[in-house]
Amino acid sequence: MERSKQSFSKRNYSSQPKANYPDYRSTILRHQGHKLVALPQTLADTRGPVFGHMDLGDNDHDLIINYASTGKSAIGERITVAGKLLDESGKPVPNALIEVWQANTGGRYRHKNDTYLAPLDPDFGGCGRCLTDHEGKYVFRTIKPGAYPWPNGGNDWRPAHIHFSIFGQAFAQRLITQMYFEGDPHIQICPILQSIGDARAVNQLVARLDMAHSVPMDLIAYRFDLILRGPNATIFENKLGGH
Amino acid sequence: MDSLDIRRTRPAKTNAEMPLRETASQTAGPYVHIGCLPNTVGVKGIYPDDFTSNKPLANAPITISGKVFEGEGVVCRDVMLEFWHADEQGCYDNGIWHRSSTNLDSGLFSIKTQMPGNTQTAEGEVLAPFISVWITARGINIGLLTRIYFPEHESAINEDPHMELVSESRRSTLMAKAVDGGYHFDIHLQGVAETVFFDV
Repeated sequence: MERSKQSFSKRNYSSQPKANYPDYRSTILRHQGHKLVALPQTLADTRGPVFGHMDLGDNDHDLIINYASTGKSAIGERITVAGKLLDESGKPVPNALIEVWQANTGGRYRHKNDTYLAPLDPDFGGCGRCLTDHEGKYVFRTIKPGAYPWPNGGNDWRPAHIHFSIFGQAFAQRLITQMYFEGDPHIQICPILQSIGDARAVNQLVARLDMAHSVPMDLIAYRFDLILRGPNATIFENKLGGH
Repeated sequence: MDSLDIRRTRPAKTNAEMPLRETASQTAGPYVHIGCLPNTVGVKGIYPDDFTSNKPLANAPITISGKVFEGEGVVCRDVMLEFWHADEQGCYDNGIWHRSSTNLDSGLFSIKTQMPGNTQTAEGEVLAPFISVWITARGINIGLLTRIYFPEHESAINEDPHMELVSESRRSTLMAKAVDGGYHFDIHLQGVAETVFFDV
């Protein structure tokens, strides 16, 4: 049997979305009523499944072609989304599995429960995955998804977004989030985004146009860095004090 | 362009050690399957198989099934669950991970795995065998963490230092029920039977 210490800093809930946010109607019956029960961390939390060895397909990270017929490609604005996966101390997280999913350029998902008017694109599936490299870097090629309306009791539209699922090096770092696009006016009025009551935390979910990495006559680049929970500051300080 | 998007939002005192802040969570939404279990919703041909475990288990003698309920008792059919536990010897270096969704029609989730062994706290106290469960779905803004314990470990559970942190009246929400062919474990997101969720 193994042991562990309190390895990760406590989660800062002030920069996380509220579990109960009635403007996002689905939270009303799905938020927990009791307070979360705080537990000391053990290896159950400070370890996690490791996927660095995973055999991924050559096109898994390329949503422009990974569902398209031979010689075809997805319809839409061709983009790259790239960035670094770091922890809160700034340390890169290598060999981490990132999975993404998104609507097509018209705002339609390839899912049997999505019945939006916009048509499916026969050459777009909408999912991709990759592993971060030794510097924590990742890159996807895709098309910019469309905004779409959703049933929330009113005239609600989601800003264009890409869903991200990230495995760090510990189960305590597990994260699912959404990436938005710089300049989208829907960001200010989306209840899912605004369930985060902290403008800086919202801003951290917005990818920036990155002209330096755009490919002329081909792809517009967006930059999106992801931060996972970091080491326990107390342990870190003690270590520094020992120098 | 370096990490200019990352705001230095912590107090100056801690900026040197912890300059960055965890990216905020957002709901997985109703279409989580497309990204995490695409073949289950007919997005075929991108990945040969859905990614449902971290390793093939030659021997997976226990089955755990259940449903997830929202506050009015309605079954949730759009949930993704992940399961993480120590191996039979209590070792997390050989830890076992599974992913399942609740069936789009029946709402049932199910995994086949091994019974985890005892583990320990940092202080060396024995923890009864358990499986960590992480739950995401439409309407869940930040993934919920709970645990499954098993009825045959009753004496270890009664001595378990983590179980002591849970109010006695709610401990039963963490217990799987032995049924024909394995175990049943329902999750209640809210209401009188609300499952205990943890912050680690």
